[in-house]
Amino acid sequence: MNQVITERLQARFPASVRGSEEFRNDLTVTVRTADLPAVAQFLKDDPTLAFDMLIDIVGVDRFREAERFEVNYTLYSLEHKKYLRLKVLVNEEDPTVPTLTGVWPGANWHERETFDMFGIKFAGHPDLRRLYMPEEFEYFPLRKDFPLMGIPDSLPLPRR
Amino acid sequence: MSARTSEESKKSQILAALEDQDTTVTMGDPLENDMVLNMGPQHPATHGVLRLLVRLDGETVKAVVPELGYLHRGYEKIAENSGYHEFIPHTDRLDYLSPLSNNVAYVLAVEKLLGTEVPERAQYIRVLCCEMARIASHLVATGSMAMDVGALTVLLWTFREREKLLDIYDVLCGARFTTSYARIGGLQQDWTPQCTEMLDHFLGEFPQDLEEVEQLLRANRIFIDRCEDVGYISREDAIGLGLTGPILRAAGVPRDLRRDSPYLVYNALDFEVITLSESDALARFYVRLAEMKESAKILRQALDRMPAGPIHAHEPKKVLPRKDRVYTRMEELIHDFMLINTGINPPVGEIYQGTESSKGELGFTIVSDGTGHPWRMKIRSPSMTNLSALPLMLKGGMISDIVAVIGSVDPVMGEADK
Repeated sequence: MNQVITERLQARFPASVRGSEEFRNDLTVTVRTADLPAVAQFLKDDPTLAFDMLIDIVGVDRFREAERFEVNYTLYSLEHKKYLRLKVLVNEEDPTVPTLTGVWPGANWHERETFDMFGIKFAGHPDLRRLYMPEEFEYFPLRKDFPLMGIPDSLPLPRR
Repeated sequence: MSARTSEESKKSQILAALEDQDTTVTMGDPLENDMVLNMGPQHPATHGVLRLLVRLDGETVKAVVPELGYLHRGYEKIAENSGYHEFIPHTDRLDYLSPLSNNVAYVLAVEKLLGTEVPERAQYIRVLCCEMARIASHLVATGSMAMDVGALTVLLWTFREREKLLDIYDVLCGARFTTSYARIGGLQQDWTPQCTEMLDHFLGEFPQDLEEVEQLLRANRIFIDRCEDVGYISREDAIGLGLTGPILRAAGVPRDLRRDSPYLVYNALDFEVITLSESDALARFYVRLAEMKESAKILRQALDRMPAGPIHAHEPKKVLPRKDRVYTRMEELIHDFMLINTGINPPVGEIYQGTESSKGELGFTIVSDGTGHPWRMKIRSPSMTNLSALPLMLKGGMISDIVAVIGSVDPVMGEADK
């Protein structure tokens, strides 16, 4: 199945697929950020793939000069009972990824969480608010340069 | 001053008091005659610290905005800064109604990263853990849902059953609640004959006790009226939102990871995947009831088939040695020292391992850079995703439906907020 997925994707999007990797039978396909919605729509609609569920979105801070952040989409196909990890890379200067709420409505909260934790913006998201941290909070806690002990006074006490 | 203006000023005072910082959340077009009700985070029917902002037109719910994060403890950040073994106790505190299955889900993810497989006996014990946790969690779910709609007796009866399971936990791992029982490549300690005896006793009584619980509600007009056709979500919406667990199965999708991507020894065990098609609060309740019966079936099979043998994988550089050997043998002492100080150092790579926990798909994504702690660990919590369906489920219903629907979603905020 893993081979079918990579072949289908490479045949349909030869310029978009940046690479694929298999580790412990988990397939990861890296695609160009701008082409993400088209690839996602194809993965969902193509009958031989049929990835109809978005299970999770995982942001990763690689803490490197170029393409610092990764966004991983864990997809699941109900028909083929198969997982797939779709990966895009973004720069620190303009961490913007097109939203996938139009493809899978469930992306809404996962994208909010990724925005909350990493400051990655999702262009076209209907309601990009923080999910866990308060709205006034200025930092992105899961970035590697955010200290484990937190930043003093970054969480204001409630007004009296 | 006329009566009219004083009434208006009173109204604006009330509005001003309502629209302080706690209620200024965008809810689409504001309408003047709507009321914004703040439910939670301290409301007993929200099962913890879930906060809902509800826009009401009379008694009809027009919009709902769930607010999360009141129990956010930053577990993913903690995971990045602690070793793989060190994180096991934190998994107890995710879904605190079924800690045993969280432990197992986490160690399965780490073992997938390591490429380790535990011996068969350990796999059977883990199945027992997962299913006991599922029954214990579903008992709270059904009981508290019934309590939320007014049937208090059911909660007391289901908690009585749950106590028996917690007593087994106590004998099995020394803790009733925060179990931390699974270990990477094994288990904390072996299953004992006393546990077998207790579980056997429990399984003998459980079907009858569950039947009694069901009898309380089966023909209960109040319960049925409050749950039937309430909180409906269509099959397409449920799949699109990524809902999992009893909610998805109540919507007619037979997705169960124990069957679909088998882990442990589930493919050797015989059980049904329960599905209903009504997709309302009552259907979710009945899916949970039926799943408990299936879990009891699995427990009986696993108990009968559990082989003798070791419970730890023979990989000294990955699996913590037994404590008595650490104190008496040189090799084990060295391994223990290295494992505690440098960690297990799995290969570089990314894995995702999902398991079917009581609430739905509990999964861990681990990004390893080859050192003793994960570079990134993401918890895929079923409660969080399931809660994202609340706005759809509640819209157009009555205000009194809210508690029934939250009960049927069965969120645990420790897991939803991480």
